[in-house]
Amino acid sequence: MKKKVLAVFMATAMAFGLMACGSSAQQAATTTSGGSDGLIKVGIINNDPNESGYRTANDSDLKAKFTKENGYDASFAYSLKNDEQIQYAQTFIQDEVDYLLLSAADTAGWDSVLKDAQAAGVKVILFDRTIDADASLYEASIVSDMAKEGQTAVDWLAGQGLSEYNVIHIQGVMGSAAQQGRSGALDNKVAAETNWNIVKQQTAEWNAEKAQQIVQSVIDAGTSFNVIYAENDDMAKGAVAALDAAGISHGVGKDVIVMGFDCNKWALEELLAQNWNYDGQCNPFQASYIDDIIKTLESGGTLSQKTIIMDEKGFDATTITQEDVDNYGI
Amino acid sequence: MVKSFFKRLTSNQLFIPLLALILLAVINLINDPGFFKITLGTNNAGNPVLSGYLITILDYGSELGILAIGMTLVTAASGGQDISVGATIAIAGSAMLRVLCGGNSRPDHIQAPIIVAFLVACIVGMLCGAFNGLLVAVFKIQPMIATLILFTAGRSIAAWINNNELPIVPDPKFSYFGSFIPGIPIPTTVFIVAICIVIIALVLKFTNLGLYTQAVGINENSSRLNGINPTFIKFLAFVILGLCVAVAALIKVSRLSTINYSVIAKDIEMDAILAVALGGNALSGGKFNMWASILGAYVIQFLTTTLYKFNVQSDALAAYKAVVVILLVVFSAPKVREYMAGLGKDIAKRKEAA
Repeated sequence: MKKKVLAVFMATAMAFGLMACGSSAQQAATTTSGGSDGLIKVGIINNDPNESGYRTANDSDLKAKFTKENGYDASFAYSLKNDEQIQYAQTFIQDEVDYLLLSAADTAGWDSVLKDAQAAGVKVILFDRTIDADASLYEASIVSDMAKEGQTAVDWLAGQGLSEYNVIHIQGVMGSAAQQGRSGALDNKVAAETNWNIVKQQTAEWNAEKAQQIVQSVIDAGTSFNVIYAENDDMAKGAVAALDAAGISHGVGKDVIVMGFDCNKWALEELLAQNWNYDGQCNPFQASYIDDIIKTLESGGTLSQKTIIMDEKGFDATTITQEDVDNYGI
Repeated sequence: MVKSFFKRLTSNQLFIPLLALILLAVINLINDPGFFKITLGTNNAGNPVLSGYLITILDYGSELGILAIGMTLVTAASGGQDISVGATIAIAGSAMLRVLCGGNSRPDHIQAPIIVAFLVACIVGMLCGAFNGLLVAVFKIQPMIATLILFTAGRSIAAWINNNELPIVPDPKFSYFGSFIPGIPIPTTVFIVAICIVIIALVLKFTNLGLYTQAVGINENSSRLNGINPTFIKFLAFVILGLCVAVAALIKVSRLSTINYSVIAKDIEMDAILAVALGGNALSGGKFNMWASILGAYVIQFLTTTLYKFNVQSDALAAYKAVVVILLVVFSAPKVREYMAGLGKDIAKRKEAA
């Protein structure tokens, strides 16, 4: 009897699961219909918008750009898994979209589906992330240069003219493109200069709580430091919480320089209040670049370059304005 | 005389966590006596605060200590563990922020009193616990499988509660729970843990919860024959854990006045289970010692803080904890226990001969 109840329960759960899968696939299929009225049909495959503030901003930017008013018939599909993304891509190709926009979860495994796209006359544009596929398989790619982001930040720090740099370096998830780019610039500088020292180099895996513990540990040890180089805003926030608890002043003209990345709105507000010193941008706003490319291709023009690296700023707390916060905060 | 002392010592459940604690303390003392220094300073709000490694351990070990209370009961009653506590912390914390910020990610002032938000979080935490408890107690699903559901789905549910926004609580009073109350130099979390410990101590002393839980864990059928309702006891254990989760969520969310669904309280379930194991409690259920579990939680935090001090990469921390697990498994194996007991006898004999 009990087994029967359990079996019924499991079967229901599975049925619900199937329904859930079915509905999302259907959604991808149905929203693309009706592209005959002069609209450009685009299929957009992105990562899950819940992943981070960056991704949320990226998704809403795309949604705001690819509307009927702007001449697009867009449909969206999200997944953090490569195989699901490939399935979505196949669905879009069958639906005969004109353009396939892709932010791939993983760099590998895209060759065959992109060849299908080429055969079906679907033009592919990569945004945000590159893939390991032959460049002839896509029209253009619009990406961030993480190494440049790191270099901009380190150059800014060098420009502060401190007599000695004792840096707490809080890293992101090891091996991610953002971590490698942002760590690389600092590591090179520390190796090259005698008055630059790393007090502590630890990964907090994008996690504010871990960053707080790491900085707390340095404070407890009584080691002196004057720079916090956190590879994203969340970790900088955790580090600042530890500084606040220990009564160490931070910000413009204070004991410790605080640096973050990603330009979350709340982080830029900290800059505006001069509690932090620097925030490096990681530009999630690729939609206008993509729009330009599509317009050029539609009018029969050719692209001057295949890989477009976006402009990315670094904000200094002494020069940032409310306008910057409104325009660049994500 | 020596034999009985040795036997009493090793058979006491507090022996393993205390030994680990002393071992860690000695290592730190040899390496750097400054580890034990506690200083009184002021924080950036101008209030007096105590600081030092020991304070850090007491502070950051709090969530784990609270979770260990509930996890011990769940382990004892059901003979299994709840692996969804990290995800349910995200859910309870998200619900708390939803009430405080009223669905607006950047409110100018809080939309509801903190106590209301906390009570909502308690209800949400207990509902999650009740869901797990229902699956385990009524549907007889293995605890680890049953809680796998919320473990997988919990963080997405947490994100959904707040429409994927990351709200920030504007009221500085909310941050007191995870840091310091102005004028009191001891971290607030220490008081919260103390309150939890007092409550559970009173419950265990004045109710039959402890006895019934152990009875259900040791033999479900015989406890039913003795008039105990095993289904209810198991269910209750999960609900109590849900309450512990809500308290831990309050501390976690309060530390930074915000939440990040994907990383908040990440992997804390494994530490909570490790705390129970470190306390010498059988993970197959039955007899338990609450105080040994709580001590175990602080031993884990002691280890974490020590490893940070020694500049161990934080993504390698798990490997060191794994070593602790291996040692625990080895020491609790019957073969090793027999050998240790034999060793005790040998020493006693030699003493008698001399």
